[in-house]
Amino acid sequence: MIKSFKPVVAAAALSLAMLSQMAVAAEEQFFPLIDYRVGPYGSNGQAFYGGFIDYLNYVNLKEKGVNGVQMTYEECETEYNNAKGVECYERLKSKAAKSSGPLHTMSTGISYALIDKSAQDKLPLAMMGYGRTDAVDGSVFPYAFPLVTTYQMQASAIVKFIKEKLGGDLTGKKIVYLYHDSAYGKEAIIAMEAEAALNKFTLVQIPVAHPGNEQGAQWLKIRQEKPDFVVFWGWGVMNQTALKAAQKVGFPRDRMIGSWWTGSEEDVVPAGDAAKGYMAATWNVSGKQVPLIADIEKVVYGAGKGNLQDASKIGTVLYNRGVSAAFLSVEAIRKAQDKYGKGKAMTGEQVRWALENLNITDARLKAAGATDLLPEIKTACDNHEGSGKVRIQQWDGAKWVPVSGWIEGNKALIHPLFQASAKQYAKEKGITPRDCAKEK
Amino acid sequence: MLYREAGQFKTTYAADQQLFPIRQDRIGVIALLAVAFLGVPLFASEYWFSAILIPFLIFALAALGLNILTGYAGQLSLGSAAFMAVGAYAAYNFQLRIEGIPLLVSFIFAGLTAAGVGILFGLPSLRIKGFYLAVATLAAQFFIVWCLTKFPWLSNNSSSGVISTQKLIIFGHELTTPVEKYLLVLSIVVVMALAAKNMVRSSTGRAWMAVRDMDVAASVIGIRLMPTKLLAFAVSSFYCGVAGALYAFCYLGSVEPDGFSLEMSFRILFMIIIGGVGSIMGSFLGAAFILLLPIFLDVTLPFLANLFGLPFSSATVSHIQITVFGALIMFFLIVEPHGLARLWQIAKEKLRLWPFPH
Repeated sequence: MIKSFKPVVAAAALSLAMLSQMAVAAEEQFFPLIDYRVGPYGSNGQAFYGGFIDYLNYVNLKEKGVNGVQMTYEECETEYNNAKGVECYERLKSKAAKSSGPLHTMSTGISYALIDKSAQDKLPLAMMGYGRTDAVDGSVFPYAFPLVTTYQMQASAIVKFIKEKLGGDLTGKKIVYLYHDSAYGKEAIIAMEAEAALNKFTLVQIPVAHPGNEQGAQWLKIRQEKPDFVVFWGWGVMNQTALKAAQKVGFPRDRMIGSWWTGSEEDVVPAGDAAKGYMAATWNVSGKQVPLIADIEKVVYGAGKGNLQDASKIGTVLYNRGVSAAFLSVEAIRKAQDKYGKGKAMTGEQVRWALENLNITDARLKAAGATDLLPEIKTACDNHEGSGKVRIQQWDGAKWVPVSGWIEGNKALIHPLFQASAKQYAKEKGITPRDCAKEK
Repeated sequence: MLYREAGQFKTTYAADQQLFPIRQDRIGVIALLAVAFLGVPLFASEYWFSAILIPFLIFALAALGLNILTGYAGQLSLGSAAFMAVGAYAAYNFQLRIEGIPLLVSFIFAGLTAAGVGILFGLPSLRIKGFYLAVATLAAQFFIVWCLTKFPWLSNNSSSGVISTQKLIIFGHELTTPVEKYLLVLSIVVVMALAAKNMVRSSTGRAWMAVRDMDVAASVIGIRLMPTKLLAFAVSSFYCGVAGALYAFCYLGSVEPDGFSLEMSFRILFMIIIGGVGSIMGSFLGAAFILLLPIFLDVTLPFLANLFGLPFSSATVSHIQITVFGALIMFFLIVEPHGLARLWQIAKEKLRLWPFPH
């Protein structure tokens, strides 16, 4: 037994030695990927991280890296499990000490568990459309970035869209907030309540217990309430069930607006006919008509280096979201190199500075072929979100069609909520907030 | 030869009643503790502390709690994760709402709160047994998680129900490094494990075992069933509660109710089944097996794949890991249904005769 193990150990040691040598040879920007491809949400992870890795490879192939610095990565499987996520983080941490792109966990639970740790280890933590939303206040959370937009801003933007649809006045109207009864679903309640108080509409909150494959009672209640709109915060199997249930009670789907976790192909296709006309918020469009996505397919998959086993996922909402996450991360590395030295690998601390000083204009998006993949983004110390804009898209039975421009949530209403929450966190944790006026 | 107690004469009651009556065991335990307290902090890396040793100790403690209830008192429970959740949220709330309460005191209160909840959910055990009781304890699993999500007061009105634990301050000193956290967890686990070892051989433990083996016979010889069973629930939940508090404070740093899922309860149950039902040591062996084996496979499989030139993606590795893990569990249960602790016992017996077996 012991004998047969020897060559294995020797080979393992040898390959380890070779790996560590290779890391020293060229300037490389390392991305610790705390991802998931198996488990209950595995298919979501495959599309998202497939897009992420494809973009990194795209930068390597197309531009030979950022100023010659190659993008490298190592994956660690979390199965969407918090404890495993922490284990992965600890495993990849030592490799990320020298150079590190932002962490993307695609899991609110794991992000929460990593917020303190990543700040301690000086590694930037990106939470694009999930995670701890009050990290928008960068004075308390220097290393956490809920980039692009947050649940609360999204809810506010959806209300704004409804207001426009109903002729600019919501007084006396009724909106039902139908949500997944979990941390995720409850996150937006505070924003909906604030909007209801401001716009004087009636808010009816209806929770759906996980997993949400039985919603008869909820939709009966919705029929009784006769709301003008249903704002819908679903997840997984709950989404298609809601659409079918709405059809059953005869509630028009074009008066249902979902969050961005309810607006992917996986959510509407199983509902078939019932999904037609249904609307959902998003901050990235789907489809291959985005030049960058088409180019990735050509360059990366043409070279046989595509990460997706199932290439039909290219251009889905989640794939494009993965590309946009990688795009932002690489943009941050460009920005950091501009300041700290071109052609060098950037440390987590340097990337953090860049994430806080991102300025991605429409011109830049156009140059990269990423128009419509993201809204314009300009971050600052007191605004780690950078945009707060979403678009509303509608399912026409075959594909998602954008039906609005970029809508910004009510920042004046929502951001003070974040600051209050961040302040409470700082007090609980004994953190002295940075003075954002002095940051540059 | 190595492990022979011949010649060790007990001349006092104290010597006869000590926790480890055999000298070799005493030396072994002291050596193990010395390595854990002194050796490990010198050599282990940060990764080992935060990703392996701390969770191992915490889950070993939770498994120990369940083992007291299931292994010693014979009451099957599927609510261990829920009791951990009670401990975690209770410790957080004690820290939050009582000004200046020492951390360790809030851990103890957290354990007591969990014990109270445990007694409540242990009441059905007076009427039902076996699998039916397991189903009744499922209620605890669902009710507690629901309750923590439902009432925002419990998570200090956090919009998402997630709590972020306070700083670890003990005697005015703040624990920040993984080594310090490890030592704190280790100290608590060692004290509680020794206490458990002592408890199961006391009259309480004997009463539990009598109830486990046949409750009618136990009541005939004068053991009152209700207090015995409820005490087992209380002690077990206390252990789980403290484990939950440590899980939140020393390991993850922030927890959400959904994290304490049924799956976690099952994992703890598997730990004692693999490790050995009715064995203190089995709890540790089982926790090590369930927690460390997947990580070990995760690290070695890509190496092997490289070696043979197989195109493994991280998803394939995960799938293989789950398969191998499942196969190994079956293998162990077939080869040794009494768990890893039983293997250790057999080894001891062999050592007693070695090198001159009959």
